[in-house]
Amino acid sequence: MTDAALSPARLARPSALSFLGYAAGAMILVWALEGAGFSLDKALASGPRLADFLSRAWPPATERLPSLSWKMVETLQIAVAGAALGVVLSVPFALLAARGVLVGPAVNAAVRAVLGFIRAVPDLAWALVFVVAVGLGPFAGMLAIMMDTLGFCARFFADDMENVDKGPAEALEATGAKKLDIAATAIIPAAMPAFVSTSLFGLEKAVRSSTILGLVGAGGIGIELKVGFDLFDYQTAMTVILMIAVVVIAVEQVGAVVRRRIIGVEQ
Amino acid sequence: MALDAGTRGEAASADLAVTGLAMSFGGARPVFSGLDFAVARGEALALVGANGAGKSTLLRCCLGLVAPDAGAVRLLGEDILALGAARRRALRRHTGLVAQRHNLVPRLSVLSNVIHGLLGQAGGPRFWSHAAAPEEARTRAMAALDRVGIADLALRRADRLSGGQSQRAAIARALVSEPRLLIADEPCASLDPAAGEEIMALFFRLVRETGVTVIFTSHQIDHALTYGDRVLGLKAGGFAIDARAEALAPADFRMLYD
Repeated sequence: MTDAALSPARLARPSALSFLGYAAGAMILVWALEGAGFSLDKALASGPRLADFLSRAWPPATERLPSLSWKMVETLQIAVAGAALGVVLSVPFALLAARGVLVGPAVNAAVRAVLGFIRAVPDLAWALVFVVAVGLGPFAGMLAIMMDTLGFCARFFADDMENVDKGPAEALEATGAKKLDIAATAIIPAAMPAFVSTSLFGLEKAVRSSTILGLVGAGGIGIELKVGFDLFDYQTAMTVILMIAVVVIAVEQVGAVVRRRIIGVEQ
Repeated sequence: MALDAGTRGEAASADLAVTGLAMSFGGARPVFSGLDFAVARGEALALVGANGAGKSTLLRCCLGLVAPDAGAVRLLGEDILALGAARRRALRRHTGLVAQRHNLVPRLSVLSNVIHGLLGQAGGPRFWSHAAAPEEARTRAMAALDRVGIADLALRRADRLSGGQSQRAAIARALVSEPRLLIADEPCASLDPAAGEEIMALFFRLVRETGVTVIFTSHQIDHALTYGDRVLGLKAGGFAIDARAEALAPADFRMLYD
């Protein structure tokens, strides 16, 4: 039998610094909840209103499915076109952003800063910008998705390239190959599975984003959602919400299957 | 062990001449210092030493892939460390590297991997894949694969080769550009003993046929004695052995690993 006195303490006593960290974290959470107008009363009182909404939204307006389906097709077209262009544009940006691949650290940092800015601007803000630039409609939405995908994919492509095994690149460097040739033949092929995985996540993200771009006039099914709520046509709004859920889940499932088949692992 | 002082006098006509080479990790812990050696044209130099002795770092310094803290490296008559990027690349058209882990690009065909060995001589998109490569490049690559005995595997993906086949493909990639100097960093370390022997025999038969200068590392003393013309033993940051292979016996190496 082990002497109880020798048994280690079950919980480590936090240091003064750790205690201050926990206290600061708790204060920030309280501050954020207050700023967000958190109210338990309102949350509890929302039950009957939510039930009222659901009773008026159910059953969904199935007779509107044909016209809404065309809007959903347009939504998918915006997502696929925007994501594809964003992925293609991401490759040169990523080559310039990846450390030790093509250019020096100053250019890497500058390109990463640009990508950080592109990523920091929300997709709806990009959509508003492009509505101003090219007018209302799906083209503005496609450009917004393209920018969103570029900010997302280029950063991860760059990280993927930095993380590949450097051995093949070194073997080619030892034969006098140029950096661009090395990137094209040793680094990008090695990073390709990660590129495919990231691109599929980019497409899933694009499909989710494209469903709400219509809220700001950038095409797609989002406009139907807005009109449904504006006109208190909750059955149509519910139909749109369910269609979005089905399409987004389907795209995610297809993405997972493709990732498994192409890469061999689900990430 | 007496140092072979005669080899140092050959530096002027050597394919590789290293003087006063020093390297440390992060400028603090020295890996080696004050290394002087030369490798004559067509010579096979074996570099031995315990793990962490700095063999791989030294090899990379010789090709200018790693910058040393001090010293000079004259590779094929030029001070590689003093050259700009373009001149350094031009010089490396005459060198090659065979590594322990073979370093093929896994998802590409064996033929594409070997054609990539020509990128130093003629780069550009046509050399990125065997499908687009000029006929001459394909012919040279197939000839190199034939010499290492795996021409029939040209279109197989590199990650579907056995260890021995993979190292044969790496040797073909290193030889396809007909280099003057090859660095081989533990070329058979990742192979089973039988495959390792086969690869070493093949590699040295090919380099002897073509008169390529070779610097190789190995943990197997018999490889150093069999395939090396001269042996350098790294210990505690300096050369504890510098002698012709025929003047050495396996027992001479024990002190490197003590």
